[in-house]
Amino acid sequence: MSKESFTNTAAIQASLKKRYAREKRFQWYGRLAVLTGFVFLFILLADIVGKGAPAFTQQYIKVTVEFDPDRLGVEPGASDEELRKADYLGVVKSSLRAMFPEASGRQEKRQLYRLISIGAEYDLRDYVLDNPELIGQTLDIWLLAHAEAGAYLKGQISRKIPEGDRRVKDIQMQWLDTLREQGRTESRFNTLFFTEGDSREPELAGIKAALYGSFFTLLVTFLLAFPIGVFAAVYLEEFAPRNRLTDLIEININNLAAVPSIVFGLLGLAVFINFFELPRSAPLVGGIVLSLMTLPTIIITSRASIQSVSPSIREAALGVGASPLQTVFHHVLPVAMPGILTGSIIGMAQALGESAPLLMIGMVAFIMDVPGGVTDPSTVLPVQIFLWADSPERGFTEKTSAAIMVLMGFLIVMNALAIYLRRRFELK
Amino acid sequence: MNSIAVTADGIGEAGASSPEAGLDIHDHSDVKDYETVGEPFVEDPKMSARNVNVYYADKQAIMDVSLDIGKNEVIAMIGPSGCGKSTFLRTLNRMNDIIPICRVEGNINLEDQDIYRGDQDTVLLRARVGMVFQKPNPFPKSIYENVAYGPRIHGLAHSKAELDEIVEKSLRRASLFDEVKDALDKPGTGLSGGQQQRLCIARAIAVSPEVILMDEPCSALDPIATARIEELIDELKERYTIAIVTHSMQQAEVGDTKEVFTMPKHELTENYITGRFG
Ligand SMILES: Nc1ncnc2c1ncn2[C@@H]1O[C@H](COP(=O)(O)OP(=O)(O)OP(=O)(O)O)[C@@H](O)[C@H]1O
Ligand SMILES: [Mg+2]
Repeated sequence: MSKESFTNTAAIQASLKKRYAREKRFQWYGRLAVLTGFVFLFILLADIVGKGAPAFTQQYIKVTVEFDPDRLGVEPGASDEELRKADYLGVVKSSLRAMFPEASGRQEKRQLYRLISIGAEYDLRDYVLDNPELIGQTLDIWLLAHAEAGAYLKGQISRKIPEGDRRVKDIQMQWLDTLREQGRTESRFNTLFFTEGDSREPELAGIKAALYGSFFTLLVTFLLAFPIGVFAAVYLEEFAPRNRLTDLIEININNLAAVPSIVFGLLGLAVFINFFELPRSAPLVGGIVLSLMTLPTIIITSRASIQSVSPSIREAALGVGASPLQTVFHHVLPVAMPGILTGSIIGMAQALGESAPLLMIGMVAFIMDVPGGVTDPSTVLPVQIFLWADSPERGFTEKTSAAIMVLMGFLIVMNALAIYLRRRFELK
Repeated sequence: MNSIAVTADGIGEAGASSPEAGLDIHDHSDVKDYETVGEPFVEDPKMSARNVNVYYADKQAIMDVSLDIGKNEVIAMIGPSGCGKSTFLRTLNRMNDIIPICRVEGNINLEDQDIYRGDQDTVLLRARVGMVFQKPNPFPKSIYENVAYGPRIHGLAHSKAELDEIVEKSLRRASLFDEVKDALDKPGTGLSGGQQQRLCIARAIAVSPEVILMDEPCSALDPIATARIEELIDELKERYTIAIVTHSMQQAEVGDTKEVFTMPKHELTENYITGRFG
């Protein structure tokens, strides 16, 4: 007996070496896999952040503006109505000409005007409306630079590129250099990016409309998909009989989860817009379509998490005389909640990043106004990214990356929320 | 305990009317005798089982058991592992309903009402016939909530103070109160195995059921706690009817037995009882 066990020990020891070696190797494969993943992720993030970061600053130019009543076409003491209609663009232009009198000829003058964003006109108007006493005075005002001029000031445009291939011409560069030397240029945080809707001018374009659109769309998605998904899961898991029909339903739900999202968009177009005549481009329809897409995810994860609740808890509840419904709502759901929430938030995150089905229902329109409700035409963040990525102006390239950064920020927040909620429910 | 159950060899129409009674996983077809100690039938029983067969899918777990549980009586059942004790207990409050493959045949009456009749309300039945499960299964909620849950859903307390009182009384009777009185808001799942089992006992008696089914309530308890639970059972007998499954010979000891149960085969039981088993 003892002899045998000695032999066993030796054999086990011999095999141990091999086993440990295998374990070591496996761990190294694992580390390598994680590392590779991180490297790719890092490259991706570095690229996006590198491209997008400049979009968070904007260049301003200090222009000496003369609020000449003649040029504005108003008398001092004019009413608000008259002030609103005054010619501010003319004032901006004449002020620029006064600063650089050497600009001659139509071509050069036009290039001079292109230093300043066309949005400056409206800024001036609002400024004068707030301070009507300015009429007739001359003072230095910071005006938003045109996107191209801004790009040069940010150092994104090199003089080495032949003049014909770049949007900022030599003479504009000279003017900008002069302005910089005079301390008349300034870089500021880009608040417009968060307070404006889309625009044709890169320096005026913002994501507010898209953010609101995404919010309303996700709101509709959540309000539809979460309760329907959870109740469907509870019913299928706790109450439905097991038979052919429920098997069929289960198979179909699993299949739906794998249906390409664009198909849901086509369905939305055919059913909700063409048949039910719901408004086009509206978060309402977008939300319905996305909730169809998210439902299978929520149902499947909720069922899995309800299934994993120990049957002994159900027995305990039924044993003290709880009804099946009370058992589910008082005992099963609270335990399953972390899993259900994780699944739902993953589903919502997918919906947040989805663009294809929304293109089908017309949420791709050029929307400048911030939507005020679920039936207003609007766009969503991923579609806005798609639109900007498609624009040729260089100003939009950095906007694209910046919008991606915002989108990823929201995804991170949502996933962090999922983890937080899971921890909170698990503690109880 | 005053009541005991051991298998007996066909006393009259005793529990085991079929040679294969008691459930049989080991097929000792040569063993034909079953022993029931005590009387399987009484007058005016609280619950009565007649020719009960229970199947899990094709497998029969209980064969033709007939038995009465008298009012204010403690009936103890004993038998080897896997012989169907838990299964029988669970048929008494239809806990087996939730196992889809489980099928029950025969009659089980609670005060002359067939509990398997179509219009029997299982919620009401389980409130009247409470259960302590073999494996402690406290809710993953606070200790207080564990005990208060039953009374609350049945509307047994009309104020917070009343509910507090029920909780304290139940925990005291399960001899758990002193250990947890400062931690009533801590999760019940954080208690030790034995404490959890006592919590489950407290949870079951908090609803004041008419019949309490206890499946090895003392298997995880030390001798002192066991003694307390035995006292509790003794005390509960005044008001309730109790069916208990046990592996403790003392609990099942044949004393002034009135009641009997039948479970395993004679030989196995003999060995088991005399401690020669295993
Ligand atoms: N849910 C179930 N599904 C299928 N078979 C089951 C199920 N529960 C119990 N059984 C079978 O029924 C028989 C009786 O089981 P039961 O749990 O009643 O035994 P027991 O007497 O309580 O044993 P123990 O003393 O070990 O608790 C066993 O053979 C078991 O395999
Ligand atoms: Mg058992």
